Amino acid sequence: MSKPQIVKYKMPECKKDMPLGPSSEAGVIIEPNAGWRVMKPIIDNSKCVMCLRCWLLCPDGVIDREKGILEIDYNFCKGCGICSRECPQKAITMVKEGKQYD
Amino acid sequence: MIKVKDLTDKEYLYGHKACPGCGMGIVGRLAAKVLGEKTIIALPASCMSTVTTQYPQMNFSVPSMTMAFPGTGAVLSGMSAGLKSLGIKDVNVVGFAGDGGTADIGIQALSGAVERGDDFIYVCYDNEAYMNTGIQRSGMTPYGATTTTTPSGSASIGEKHFKKNMFEIMIAHRIPYAATACSSYPTDFMNKIEKAKNTKGPAYIHVMAPCPTGWGFPSDLTVEIGKMLVECGLWYLAEYENGKVKMNLVPKELKPVKDYLLAQKRFKHLKEEDIKAIEENRNREWELIRENWMK
Amino acid sequence: MTSGNKVSKREFLNGDEAVAYGVRLCRPNVVSVYPITPQTIVVEKISEFVANKLMDCEYIHVESEHSAMAAAMGASMVGARAFTATSSQGLAYMHEMLHYVSGSRFPIVMMNANRTLAAPWNIFGDQRDSMAQRDTGWIQVYVENGQEALDMIIQAYRLAEHEGIYLPVMVNLDGFVNTHTYELVSVPSQKEVDEFLPAFVSKNAVDFNNPRSYCMSASTEWNMEFRQQQHEAMMKSKKVIESIDREFGDKFGRYHGGMVKEYKCDDAEVVMVTTGSVSGTSRLVVDSMREKGLKVGLVKLRFFRPFPVEYFRELKSRVKAVGVIDRNLSFGYEGAVGSEVKSAMYDSCGSPKFIDFIAGIAGRDIKKDDIELMYNKLLNLSMGQEEAELQFIGMRWQE
Repeated sequence: MSKPQIVKYKMPECKKDMPLGPSSEAGVIIEPNAGWRVMKPIIDNSKCVMCLRCWLLCPDGVIDREKGILEIDYNFCKGCGICSRECPQKAITMVKEGKQYD
Repeated sequence: MIKVKDLTDKEYLYGHKACPGCGMGIVGRLAAKVLGEKTIIALPASCMSTVTTQYPQMNFSVPSMTMAFPGTGAVLSGMSAGLKSLGIKDVNVVGFAGDGGTADIGIQALSGAVERGDDFIYVCYDNEAYMNTGIQRSGMTPYGATTTTTPSGSASIGEKHFKKNMFEIMIAHRIPYAATACSSYPTDFMNKIEKAKNTKGPAYIHVMAPCPTGWGFPSDLTVEIGKMLVECGLWYLAEYENGKVKMNLVPKELKPVKDYLLAQKRFKHLKEEDIKAIEENRNREWELIRENWMK
Repeated sequence: MTSGNKVSKREFLNGDEAVAYGVRLCRPNVVSVYPITPQTIVVEKISEFVANKLMDCEYIHVESEHSAMAAAMGASMVGARAFTATSSQGLAYMHEMLHYVSGSRFPIVMMNANRTLAAPWNIFGDQRDSMAQRDTGWIQVYVENGQEALDMIIQAYRLAEHEGIYLPVMVNLDGFVNTHTYELVSVPSQKEVDEFLPAFVSKNAVDFNNPRSYCMSASTEWNMEFRQQQHEAMMKSKKVIESIDREFGDKFGRYHGGMVKEYKCDDAEVVMVTTGSVSGTSRLVVDSMREKGLKVGLVKLRFFRPFPVEYFRELKSRVKAVGVIDRNLSFGYEGAVGSEVKSAMYDSCGSPKFIDFIAGIAGRDIKKDDIELMYNKLLNLSMGQEEAELQFIGMRWQE
């Protein structure tokens, strides 16, 4: 797993469960950032030439290239639009979040 | 040299709470990829520590420690000395501090740590104000910028002073390796992180990280704004190594500063004479660059 | 030099040197220090040891005291045993870091040379500096002489690194009176100390197999639980302090009394509570007054944090009057130790009569005559005479 997944983290239930001091397991994510989005990027893989510019510049690292085509982890995409703006092939469009439900 | 296709797919910084389009997000994520798993990160009070360590959500997958604001340099010294004393090798000790934690409150500890020559990497991600606490000015806030503590008004153009030059301050320490970078030039930045990783002793990288929230531009323009910044010469990409400065990118012609400035809300109030003052200062700085580093 | 010896050796050392010898015996991995009078001899001696390969540690010449504690914290976080030392202005400068280290539960040991705080500027001894750090969550012990200083450095690491404690410990020596006074000190052998204090294997340090984020942000929903945990660790340390001291006594022949050490209190009518070197002088006064038939006793308060509230609750039923010599002052109220002793003894059934004596500020000598005067005031009080509850001793003017 190259990206941490959202986990249902077991919080301490009694004093004994507390860690020794304020430290906690690294790489733990308990909630998505999806709710931040107003706009949502959609990749047109037919136009994409895998230059990986969007993959490189995403501040949140949500673009996945492992499967040979680019996929967006919408749990953590904040809809900033950098990928769409920077794509040399104009393969990424920003659509209004929830538009598919219109 | 970093090859994008050879970079790991692992995300060591993921799911954080930074603003959409955050320049620091690009910086932290890519640096972590280059540095890999055997890395310990020191984070002072800053945007980066706040958005990555809200119990129990810890967005770094490598060990990290949040620190008091002024102490990043000292903590790095301590970590480095501790690892050395225990005979633990091949661990990257890196500090990610903002411009405030580097140039203002953190400068003493950084200076001491560099002077002592301890083995660490120091990355200053510069968003030109104390962004974490709500956009107050720092020593790295550029001339003419509106911040909440230097607001423009009938009696003020905003920030009255030009940026402190941390790169030259580090050169004055004769640090083994120092570099300037920008989040809009990711491969250049990653190459510099790699060089820093392989440097024995302290290494300093000052990377501009445009901030949509604090600078006042739409979140999708982060990379573009960073490019405009470098192309108009208000920031430059350079390295200091083996006692010499090498310019990585010298624009054939410096673009006018006006387009860069007026693309951001924090500069929208500037008048013609203010923009002229900024451009003249830029010209002076580039005179010095050409004189000192390009002959 | 005592390295290589298998038994203790007597050396003629001042308090600072005794601390340095104690630190050497504890084999810290990292020493990060900034010099400040009257602690300077500690850091100089340690650097001498390092320069002559008598100590194998990383010595960081930090550029400020705040950085000294920050570096020690960084070292502890990667699993190293860390030491630092300071005094007065330096202690105040690292105040924020004291909170950080204790809150993060890093078992750092620090020597503090008790010296007054400016302004006005003065380098001589009182306890205003460490008393002002009362609430930072550091265990605080006050030693009387060089021997106790050396011994407590060793005990401090055992205490700090004790499972279930993991709190930093501050060992306080009175500036100049203790730090610069020469005495015969028994320096244990390295072998004996290694047996008493094994190498540090941290339970709160980086592990690449289980990476963690340290000193994270804890919201309003969780923060108080961490604070309660920190407090409970300090409360638990009371028993550990006693057991470590006993074990030290068994091994090295010196048991220092745990949290509180009484002197001739069994049948005392009035007692004086002291911290630090004035305890020694006070014992002489107790002896001379006892010769005159006066039933006086001495309570040497060794640990100020955690505070031995149980002891004082029990003491109050035994004596008629209690005095405290405070080498500190909380402006607008009274001395810190006096406040705490008084409140520990208070309950609805009444408490013994009490005087808080402010003395020995900024190195002003507390003479035997002064101490005798204080005891006489307590005796007066115990016999029904009026005495002010807060009194300044050794002043130029009695206004």
